[in-house]
Amino acid sequence: MSLTGYEVEVERRGSAGLTTEEMTLNMGPQHPSTHGVLRFVVKADGEVMIEAIPDVGYLHRSIEKIAEKVGYHGFMPYTDRVDYIAAMFCNQGWGMVCERLAGIEVPKRGEYCRVIAAEFNRIASHLLSVGTMVLDIGAATPFFHAFRERERINDLLEELCGARLTYNYMRIGGVAWDLPPGFAEKSLAFLDQFEPLLDEFNDLITLNKLYIERVADVAVISAEEAINYNLVGPNLRGSGVKYDVRCDLAYSVYPELEFDVPVGCGEEGTVGDCFDRYIVRIREIKESVKILRQCFKQMPDGPVIAKVPRKFKPPAGDAYVRVESARGDMGWYAVSDGTEFPYRCRIRTGSFSGISIVDKVSRGLMLADLVAVIASLDIVAPEIDR
Amino acid sequence: MDAAAIHQRLKARFEDHVGDCDTAAKDPSIMVSPAAIVLVCQFLKDEPDLAFDALSNESGVDYKAKNVIEVVYHLYSYGHRHSIVLKVDAPRDNPVIPTVEHVWKAANWLEREIYDLLGVTFEGHTDLRRLLLPEDWVGHPLRKDYVEPEEYHGISTRRESLLK
Amino acid sequence: MQGFLDRLMAQGYFAGVPAEVVYAIGMVGFGLVVVLGFILTVAGVTTFVERRVWARIQSRVGPNRVGPQGILQWLADGIKLVMKEDVVPHDADPRLFRLAPYVVTMGFVATFVVIPFTGQLVIADMNVGILYLTAVTALVVVGILMAGWGSNNKWSLIGGIRSAAQIVSYEIPAGLSIFPVVLLTGTLSMQGTIQAQGWAPYHWFVFNSPFTFAAFFILFISILAEGNRTPFDLPEAETELVAGFVTEYSGVRYLMFFLVEWGNLYVIGALMTTLYLGGWQIPPVTSNAVVQNVLQFLTFFLKSYFWVLVAMWIRATLPRVRVDQLMTTCWKYLVPIAFLNLIGQAVWIVLFPDGSRLAQALMTLLGFGIIGYFFYRVVFHLRRARPQMQFSPLS
Repeated sequence: MSLTGYEVEVERRGSAGLTTEEMTLNMGPQHPSTHGVLRFVVKADGEVMIEAIPDVGYLHRSIEKIAEKVGYHGFMPYTDRVDYIAAMFCNQGWGMVCERLAGIEVPKRGEYCRVIAAEFNRIASHLLSVGTMVLDIGAATPFFHAFRERERINDLLEELCGARLTYNYMRIGGVAWDLPPGFAEKSLAFLDQFEPLLDEFNDLITLNKLYIERVADVAVISAEEAINYNLVGPNLRGSGVKYDVRCDLAYSVYPELEFDVPVGCGEEGTVGDCFDRYIVRIREIKESVKILRQCFKQMPDGPVIAKVPRKFKPPAGDAYVRVESARGDMGWYAVSDGTEFPYRCRIRTGSFSGISIVDKVSRGLMLADLVAVIASLDIVAPEIDR
Repeated sequence: MDAAAIHQRLKARFEDHVGDCDTAAKDPSIMVSPAAIVLVCQFLKDEPDLAFDALSNESGVDYKAKNVIEVVYHLYSYGHRHSIVLKVDAPRDNPVIPTVEHVWKAANWLEREIYDLLGVTFEGHTDLRRLLLPEDWVGHPLRKDYVEPEEYHGISTRRESLLK
Repeated sequence: MQGFLDRLMAQGYFAGVPAEVVYAIGMVGFGLVVVLGFILTVAGVTTFVERRVWARIQSRVGPNRVGPQGILQWLADGIKLVMKEDVVPHDADPRLFRLAPYVVTMGFVATFVVIPFTGQLVIADMNVGILYLTAVTALVVVGILMAGWGSNNKWSLIGGIRSAAQIVSYEIPAGLSIFPVVLLTGTLSMQGTIQAQGWAPYHWFVFNSPFTFAAFFILFISILAEGNRTPFDLPEAETELVAGFVTEYSGVRYLMFFLVEWGNLYVIGALMTTLYLGGWQIPPVTSNAVVQNVLQFLTFFLKSYFWVLVAMWIRATLPRVRVDQLMTTCWKYLVPIAFLNLIGQAVWIVLFPDGSRLAQALMTLLGFGIIGYFFYRVVFHLRRARPQMQFSPLS
């Protein structure tokens, strides 16, 4: 069927003398949930969905082609826009792939600064993700509580790098600036008051029976399916696969840090339902707090950026790195031809795989569940379209 | 298993269809011929000590100088925690590669994107249509010789430079 | 109202005017006062109060610019909505689309005919008052269906049908939970029900027996569902991506739908107060008729408004249920429990024809115990919350 326009397709099925019609609904590009500009063409038999076909591309900005025009250094601000909710990870991914191409090693303090920025961003991104998920399910108050904490993190990151959303903090070879004086104390003060608030958030909504009824046993994705569809990050861990790029393909200074990897275990329903993916994110926030505390304690002194020539010309070849972004394993593939402009830059994001499974999982679910599924897979449109 | 060992296994099984393994590169990659890519992928997925159960990434690269479009497969195994890179070359004027969609479902959307932006036709794909661009777009933007059309549905794509 | 006018005529006012004309003008006049003065004001102020209450629950401030503390915000919103363009979709059914808001408003305003304000002030104290109330709120269903269908929008249609199913289903537990009270009083009239209760809490019907205590909560849940309030607000905030059956409405028509929704909160509160919480009964502190009326009005209003605030509080806290869970709750849980309540209350009346003082005392203690424990927990959390709310990492 064609996806352009608003064609109304009506199929009449007569059964036992009663004519029923299948509705084609359009969950259009503009909607009040904050998952970006997505469109779903839903074929529904009353309340029950038969098919939910995603239509993406509203946010396609041809970022990959732009990389070929602006050069390695110039591309760093563009990477923020790939996933503006977890922008530090995109910065880190691009920095890492350029460093891999050229064989540059980032100084230790630079790596710690990267991890600190990244983990703060992970907490902020997860807060947004769970906040909008509960808002979509109907509870308005936990959303505001999550965003209040996110505002505080944004204030800290603004002090660090000057921006609240598209940070452009990292550079090829390290980070742009060292931590400002007093940053560690302020961050630790924030973390101290943030941890009990997470428990309060859980009291408010996570263990609420109405909420659990809405998300438990909805859209169960088994581990084999998750791997087959290449789900990554909390989606994969929610289905029971214990895999985290930070631990298993250790990069940066993560081998020196101790943290757990939360995995969904079907505590309120089946393994791999929406609740598991949600609770994995809540637990990851706690782990990120742990990582941050260790970082502030362990940070060595030294330079924060390696010497990288202004006209950055890595040797010809290609490289692939993975970064554990808030939405999962983000793959960065860069091909260099020896000039100062990348020959090809390819980004494979977690939401891309997440949305490809929506059609399969949503068969037989109700319309209200589609919103829960999209929110639990933490799909953000800019990541899909780039 | 490292790349050289995997290359040996593949070479033993598929002989001519598997090319060289570029071990000097940062990510050792194995060239595979388009005719055999599906069998190679199926073999890599099904063999118990290889067990590449995830297609992490599938990218298309347009090598204008070599006159090929290369599709790069990054495979990963969650069981054995090893990875490998496969590369398939297709001629630039008529790039046709068999699809690996029935091996890994993730390939469905990844190949649609390569078709959309680079124009590679994947044989056997169940739903090969444009993904990111509108259905009636003309051309494949990521190609090196892509020229933007003059207008789209009456909206001109040319504008005066603000710098003059 | 009739009795009140009789007393006035006996005191010599309206001399020379036939009684029927006095009644007619008196009722219509009082109805106008109620509609313009009371309903519009209360519904409007409730929109403002809801936003402030929501905001405080969510640790933010809410509208506080228009007028002192933002108290004129609802006027500003009303004026803005009235000035908006009246959009009627091209393919919408012209008569149904335009008529729907009025039908809904009619169903809502007509309930105020039987809602008492004080002991003597009520537009018409019908002897089938409660039945009339439940019957007239069904007009709202018709209006919503008209809105959903007439909008020529599939999402509105789904919202409208869901709402109709919801309201019609929840009429049943609501009705069943009203019957225990009717069994106690033997009358369907609102004033009669209030007069059968006393001013002291242990004389209220809610504490009369365990069955009325349970019926009280079931009635509250059912009426919340009938008023389309969270956790049952699927028709309006669901289809979470569009606004349900009011999607295509703008301007005054939209204003009417939302006036009805917020005004309905007051009707919910009034119904709860009348049936279970003693209505306008006050302790006998004065014999001055005017002061008595004022005190009775304040008592009734404050009790009803308390339930309005509770409904807002529930809306801010709880998530939404899904449509099939909504139906399951109604038919599989609330209806059987409401039946059991009814039968239990009937048995109770047979066993204790004059009510059991012991049971009343126990239920009163239980009720106040729950409220006391709740306040204890709230104060504990409030004390902890204050420093957290004012924390700023950069200071």
